[in-house]
Amino acid sequence: MSNIDRRSFLKALGLAGAAAAGAQLATAAGGDSKDAAGQMEMRTSSTGDRVSLLGYGCMRMPTVGGVRGAEVDMDAQMRLIDYALEHGVNYFDTAPVYTGGKSEGIMGQCLSRHSRDRYFIATKMSNAWGDSSFDFAHKMYLNSREQLKTDYIDYYLLHAVGSSIESFNERFLDNGLLEFLLKEREEGRIRNLGWSFHGKKEVFDYVVSLHEKYHWDFAQIQHNYLDWNHASGRNVNSSYLYEELASRDIPMTVMEPLRGGALANVPESVSAKMLARNPQASIASWAFRYAGSQPKILSVLSGMTYMEHLQDNIATYSIFVPCTQEELEFLERIAIEMTEFPLIECTACNYCMPCKYGIDIPGIFMHYNKCIREDLMPMSSGDKNYRKLRRAFLVGMDRSVNPLHQASHCIGCGDCIPKCPQTINIPSRLHQIDLFTEKLKQNKEF
Amino acid sequence: MLRIIRIILAALCFTGITLLFLDFTGATHALLGWLAKIQLLPAILSANIVVIAALLLLTLIFGRVYCSVICPLGVMQDIIAWAGKRGKKKNRFKYSYSRPKTWLRVTMLVIMVASIVFGISAVTALLAPYSAYGRIASSFFAPLYALVNNLFAAVAERAGSYAFYPTEVWGKATAVVVVAAVTLVALAILAWRNGRTYCNTICPVGTVLGFLSKFSLFRPVIDTSKCTGCKLCEKSCKAACIDISSHKIDRSRCVACMDCISTCTHGALKYKPVWAAKNAAESPATDASRRAFLATAGALTLAAAKARAQDNTLVKQVAPKNNPAPKVRLTPPGSQSHKNLENKCIGCQLCVQACPGNILVPSASLEHFMQPEMRYNENYCRPECNRCSSVCPTGAIRPISLEEKASTQIGHAVWYHWLCVPMVEGDSCGNCARHCPTGAITMVEDQSAEGKTVHVPAIDREKCIGCGACQSVCPTRPVSAIQVEGHEVHKVI
Repeated sequence: MSNIDRRSFLKALGLAGAAAAGAQLATAAGGDSKDAAGQMEMRTSSTGDRVSLLGYGCMRMPTVGGVRGAEVDMDAQMRLIDYALEHGVNYFDTAPVYTGGKSEGIMGQCLSRHSRDRYFIATKMSNAWGDSSFDFAHKMYLNSREQLKTDYIDYYLLHAVGSSIESFNERFLDNGLLEFLLKEREEGRIRNLGWSFHGKKEVFDYVVSLHEKYHWDFAQIQHNYLDWNHASGRNVNSSYLYEELASRDIPMTVMEPLRGGALANVPESVSAKMLARNPQASIASWAFRYAGSQPKILSVLSGMTYMEHLQDNIATYSIFVPCTQEELEFLERIAIEMTEFPLIECTACNYCMPCKYGIDIPGIFMHYNKCIREDLMPMSSGDKNYRKLRRAFLVGMDRSVNPLHQASHCIGCGDCIPKCPQTINIPSRLHQIDLFTEKLKQNKEF
Repeated sequence: MLRIIRIILAALCFTGITLLFLDFTGATHALLGWLAKIQLLPAILSANIVVIAALLLLTLIFGRVYCSVICPLGVMQDIIAWAGKRGKKKNRFKYSYSRPKTWLRVTMLVIMVASIVFGISAVTALLAPYSAYGRIASSFFAPLYALVNNLFAAVAERAGSYAFYPTEVWGKATAVVVVAAVTLVALAILAWRNGRTYCNTICPVGTVLGFLSKFSLFRPVIDTSKCTGCKLCEKSCKAACIDISSHKIDRSRCVACMDCISTCTHGALKYKPVWAAKNAAESPATDASRRAFLATAGALTLAAAKARAQDNTLVKQVAPKNNPAPKVRLTPPGSQSHKNLENKCIGCQLCVQACPGNILVPSASLEHFMQPEMRYNENYCRPECNRCSSVCPTGAIRPISLEEKASTQIGHAVWYHWLCVPMVEGDSCGNCARHCPTGAITMVEDQSAEGKTVHVPAIDREKCIGCGACQSVCPTRPVSAIQVEGHEVHKVI
């Protein structure tokens, strides 16, 4: 069992990053070039498969006329899949419930036009939404193979594990389903058996603990620079998931590398910083490079419905440069900014003014935004130059807004709320800024 | 040589202690705080045995070097006297021997002791030399320093640097400024004309140390075989304690400045222990382009005043707070009780200078004249600050950790419903509750209001520590709807 902790991992990455410094320039150009030079980055699974780091997620597909919910545009879909295969993408992730239940069938049509040894199929046991009987599941399993026009499934996942331990037991253990799937694996009709996880930590721990008994070949987790340390309430930090799985030598496929698109469409303060570092690289490429940087990641799944997205991702992973330690720190800071210090969409139109309690609303918001834009926000008391940033924020606030008109004086009367054309909840943001200012003034740890 | 050493040491101590009074950022407190704590009267009041013993021993060995090196008021007089001696040769040797005014010295000492024993703090504060200097430094030097700082702050702001930020220049209390001005003028006249007159007539510390220095191990001694009776030493003695006609030195008045030793051209004066001796002489070398400095400071002040940041013109101007004094005065955490503060405080103003929020102000009332008390207007006694307790040299404000401070009740908040915004304007507020660091304030539905339900603050007096956060963030102006009353004895909750 190789026990890689984050520190040594980062160190290793740092070295790799330095070695690849030259190659990075090439990646930069890659975002624009139609055909990527270089080879798709390949990773090796526990069963020895050579899997492309870019995986194709087959939940959303191009529709006729681009209308949401319309029929799938089969021509476009086939062109995308063919293009992906030509450029080294060989992992296709679908499920019986995707695309209104049509995904497996469409993928069967697209893929069966190619030789079966050129691609790996991943599909799932989607018995999470209702019937948990063996018969229902068995039918679903057989139907997947039929739809996908294949005798065996390369990667089979217990779909959406994580809501509760009882639910896991009910879906897979009590009905004997897992026993059946293990037998299918023994007989080669399932080549890798794993699960995908969304939800609670204790369920994750429980399923991971079953590894000794069942030997999971892989697992699928939600992983990106936000989820690493700042997972939303109903998810678990991917740093934890990753360490637990990596320490057991279980390779991982990644879902939501863009966290539902949020990491491709970042706030303007964030994109400005990314573009300043590399004007050629797309915003999304940062997230893809990040998701692929950890060594136990087998494949990063992206649901690509546009050729440009596919090309951009192929470019990112064809001359793949893992994030350097410095870049990982940069993205961690970006993650804090996006989760805890969102920009305030104030345009200083002054419609809210004058506040009858004398608050200089736009003045306060402008100073706050300025600190975020100019990377002067003391985002954590552990920051290297925390003292300097703290001083800049506090002294700067006093300079831009007389203390008599600062956020601490907002009583929350709410008169300003209906006046704001940007629908900013002004009192709530002012109170947040006041709390933050207090944290800085009191030298609290955060 | 000895004189040069004395001047260097005195310059260092004086600069250090002056900086302590000037620094409003708290940066030098840890580094220089000891300079206030080795002052004799503060050491006695804080019962600092080590310092007292060391100072007594120092005096018993070397004479009153304390008065020439450690005491900032003494050094300040030396500087004034030095200025008064510049120019014509006649000026340089203008002093002469005078008879001791023992009755005056003893009377002053008795008054001092009595005022300490009976707790007449105003008198103690007036007589203590260190406090006198503290008042002068905080009333006159600190504003100058603040002006220069503000100029730098204005320049820094234009340059986008955060190295300086502006501070309040004027305004602690007029009474203190008046006392300081009277002291300064009187001292300046005395020192300019006659050197150390104050130290040898009024200063009670000088009297005590003078008594000890009579028996000091090292002492200036006149070698009568070498003395030609030229009186140069007598005329240069700022303590007026050398009587050449009888070849006697009044060692109780000698402040061991070593001026006489370097003045004597015949080597007849030596600073030596009862048995052996060694001496040397050199001339002074301290000069500051004072005029240039003052001129620049003046010009800079004007510039600084102009360079104030401009507010958004749409901001509604609000009246600055002007809360009435609490009925029972508020004393800073660490002072423990009014009694402790009254007994120990000598009104040196170091805490007032150190307070970053300008909450501490000197009292104008006669019973505790010039002693610190708290006023909450735009600021309050913030949880991350204990500077006053860390600088106080006398133990009037004992050192208090931030944790102790957070649980020390120095007063309690009182709500005035007829001023409260929800009652008067009908707006929902709760700013006091939102800012209360101890959670002592909860917003409750008001029962008495007719028709409309409003939420008003309810204060848990057991939890309230009297920090004044509520009072300073209360939107009602100029008098807050919630105000803190002091406690005579502080309580740990």
